[in-house]
Formats: sequence, structure tokens, C-alpha cells
Amino acid sequence: MAERERSHTRPRGGIFVPKAQVMSADDVRRAITRMAHEIAERNRGLHHIALIGLQTGGVGIAQRLADTLAEVEDVEVPVGTVDVAFYRDDIGLRPVLPEATTEIPFDLTGMTVVLVDDVLFTGRTIRAALNALGEYGRAQAVELAVMVDRGHRELPIRPDYVGKNLPTSRDEMVDVSDEGVVIGEVLGR
Amino acid sequence: MLSSAKCWAGDLVSAFPKHLLAMDDLDAGAIGEVLRVTDSFAEVGRRANPKVPTLRGRTVATLFFEDSTRTRMSFETAAKRMSADVLSFAAGSSAVKKGESLRDTIETIQAIGMDAVIIRHRSSGVPARVASWVEGCAVINAGDGWHQHPTQALLDLYTVRQSLGGGDEGLARFAGLRVTIVGDIRHSRVARSQITAYAALGADVTLVAPSTLLPPSLEGWPVASVSHDLDKVLATSDVVSLLRLQAERGSGEYVPTMREYTAGYALTARRALELPPEAVILHPGPMIRGVEIASEVAELPSARITDQVGNGVAVRMAVLFLLLGQPASLEHMSEPPDSEPIGGPAPEGGPRG
Repeated sequence: MAERERSHTRPRGGIFVPKAQVMSADDVRRAITRMAHEIAERNRGLHHIALIGLQTGGVGIAQRLADTLAEVEDVEVPVGTVDVAFYRDDIGLRPVLPEATTEIPFDLTGMTVVLVDDVLFTGRTIRAALNALGEYGRAQAVELAVMVDRGHRELPIRPDYVGKNLPTSRDEMVDVSDEGVVIGEVLGR
Repeated sequence: MLSSAKCWAGDLVSAFPKHLLAMDDLDAGAIGEVLRVTDSFAEVGRRANPKVPTLRGRTVATLFFEDSTRTRMSFETAAKRMSADVLSFAAGSSAVKKGESLRDTIETIQAIGMDAVIIRHRSSGVPARVASWVEGCAVINAGDGWHQHPTQALLDLYTVRQSLGGGDEGLARFAGLRVTIVGDIRHSRVARSQITAYAALGADVTLVAPSTLLPPSLEGWPVASVSHDLDKVLATSDVVSLLRLQAERGSGEYVPTMREYTAGYALTARRALELPPEAVILHPGPMIRGVEIASEVAELPSARITDQVGNGVAVRMAVLFLLLGQPASLEHMSEPPDSEPIGGPAPEGGPRG
């Protein structure tokens, strides 16, 4: 589960009931390897590339992508994290709290930033992340990598690198972890 | 294999109160939440452009019926860094001077439409009274009489948590922490907020003051011990929090002479050497060098007085965010359904509770 989605159920909370496993741990690992190769292919040489993971679901995936890039391309890519809470458009409508601190210890000016998240849903989180990134310099380009694209976009945002396209209904929830991807629903909301 | 059902009901946030009037409004969970959110706002403060759009379109009023520089500047900076609009009200230049009552001033401010009112007043209980008058507006106590100054205590906690390593580990290290509060406790709203705050996190609080500067009774105060001898407690103090002698509240009359007070209760260079090496020295400001703290002690690396001021902005951003950034319906969701509505009918102008 994206921690963010989980947080949006606060304070009433809820219980995530898994329905089906749609990716295994191996599937996730293979998807990361493929996405890393795609990133390297599109950005030849990986100069000026930075990976920024969205707190908290994208952080681990960004790190795994960086580790894979180091392995296959022998390039150390800088990795940062961004928390978008202060840039969300639903502050005051839903309980919004920062999950963790933003850490981008390098200037993004002139870099190609690959934003990394676990699940792409409405696109509003990515919109907020784009605004947040602007505070750390003017990136040359921003690309988007997600483990799962579950559809239902509300903004004109599309991913550049996708682990898996997963058709869902709006009230379902997708849980991404190193152990795999599970689709389920939340009871008690 | 499918992972089993995950449950996260109630495991993240304790419901934040509608107003921040006293440290008692926050339990340990809510204090932890403030400090965690403060970490994120501290990061905003370190950026080249330390401004976020979080409270765009919200209006915050500061109502200071008593002089203040750092608290007022700190709150206003906090609100502006979150893109809120700030209305600044100084009693000296307002209709209050013409004889307008507090109630009418508040009615006027509410008619203009405020999302938060930050109040400082020389009388204890004014923010609580104002909170009973307003509807859909958060009240933050920025110091009332001898009563409370909760954001000062929160920024002290944040500063100490930083020196304990930060994060949830730093927070956990408050348990059993030996905190010594020195000075004019009788007249200090800061001390009252600090004592509640440190005790909520499990610290052992020792008060040090001449008996004239202690309140007549400490009954019900969560204090581990009281001493009249600063030299005896220095070696067992992890945190020393100094208070100013409040001349404007008449504390000068409670000590024979300033020199005698300084001889017995000031943190001098000689006394600072008696502290454990890791000890932290705090002062809420404004400090009177040479009275409660020696000038060279204020410059020691263990004196975190300027950090306190810097942290104050981030802490106040967190408080504003937690009070204003959450949906209005939130508390209904977390309240038991049979509880009294908070905004229920109040007798016109009458006291509540």
C-alpha cells in the first residue's frame, strides 16, 4: 500500500483485505531490472540523471533502480526523496500529513529527474511532486517511473516507465512491496 | 501467497485538538506528531526559497495585547512561509485603545473571516475564553499571563529532541531525561507549559528557585523534585532550562537584590563546568546576560538558544498546519457519536466549563 493512500484513510483507518496477488517478488525484481534498462536506454550514458522517490512508496523502488543501474551500467546515480504533503490540492479536504522529510541534497538545475512512485492513480500526487521539485532547481526534464499504473487519471499525466499496467476499480487499493503487488480493498472506510 | 489482512486503524495520528490553548491539550502522541511534522517544515526552512503553498487562501490574525518580538515574528514568519495571509493586530494602535471590549474585538475579527487567531494577553485564560466565542476558527495561545505558552514548550522539546539524535529515537530518549528548570517559576507561563510538556514525554523535572519564586503550591504539578540549591543539581541535569526574572510582572520584588539572585541561581561559567558533557542549555529569551545566564555561557556550543529561535518557526508552522490543514469534519470522525458538539450553544458572553 502506498503509505500516502493509507494515510488518507486516517483517522478512521480501515482494514486492507487482499484479493489477489498480481505480481510476485520475482516479477517486481524483473520489472525493476527492465525499467532500469529502459532508463539507461533512453538517457544514454546516464549523465545528469537523478532518481527521486516519492515518500514513502517510491523511495525503496528508486533505491533499487539506482542499485540496478550501478550494476548494469556502472554509474552511480544520485538518489533523493520528496514528500508532497505541503503541495497537495486536497489539504483541508482529507487528512494530509507529511510522511517523511524531503531529502534532495543536490541541485536539480540541468538534470533529468526520474520521479519514482509505487502506484500511479489520479496523478494528483505527481502534480504535487512536480511543484515540489521546482524548489530544488530547474530540471532539464522530468520523467516518471511507476511500478503499477492503475488508471483513473484526473490530470494529463502519463508515466514513461511502467512495471505493470493494472486495470482496477476506483474503490480497490493496490499494495506494492518488495514481496510483490497485491490488489485488495479497504473495509471500514 | 497472499499476505494477510493489514490493519492500520488508529495507528498513525491521535486526533489533534481544535485549539492550542495549553500543553495539556496535547498528549504524548500529539506532541510526537507535532515534532515529526516540524522535521518536514524545518527542511522547508533550509531551502533557498523557504515557502510552500500549503495554507494558500487561509487567513491568520496575530492579536498581541502584550509586547513581544520573537514570538510574534516567529508566528508571522511561520504563517507567511505557508502562504497564509497574515493580519497583525497590536492593541496599542487599535480600537481597544478607544475602549472596545475584547469580545467586540473578536467579533470584528471573526466577521472579517479568520481561520486562526494567535493571542497573547497579560491575563490568564483569555485565549480559552476567546476559543469559546469563535466558530470555525482555531485559537492559538501565544502566552497568557502566568498560565501557558505552549508553542514555546514545543520548540524546547524539538530542540532537545534534536540534541538527543532527532527522530523517534530522540523522542524515546525523553523517558527518564533529567530536566532542570531554573528561575522565576512563579510568574512563568513558559515554565508551566514546559513542565507539562516534559512530563508528558516521561522526563523527570526538577525545579530550582528561591522559595519566593515558586508558586504557593505545587500540588498536582508533575514535578520530580524541587531544590533551592542550583549547585547540587547541576551534575545530574541533562537539560538546564533558564527563565528570565520578569521585571514587568514584579519578580524583582521577590528577591532581595539582583546580585543575590545571580549569586545563587545564575548559570555562570563556573556552574556550566559542573554540567554533564552532553547537557543542553536552553533559554526561552529574551535573556538578560549577567542576571540569569552569564554571557560566556550563552555562547557555549551546548547553549542552544539561537537554535530555539530558529526551531520556533518550524514548530509554529507544524502547529498551524495541524490546526488548519486538516478537514473540518475530522474531529467528528474521531469523536464518539454521542459526544457533545464542541461548537454548541454558549451563554452570551458567559464563561464556559
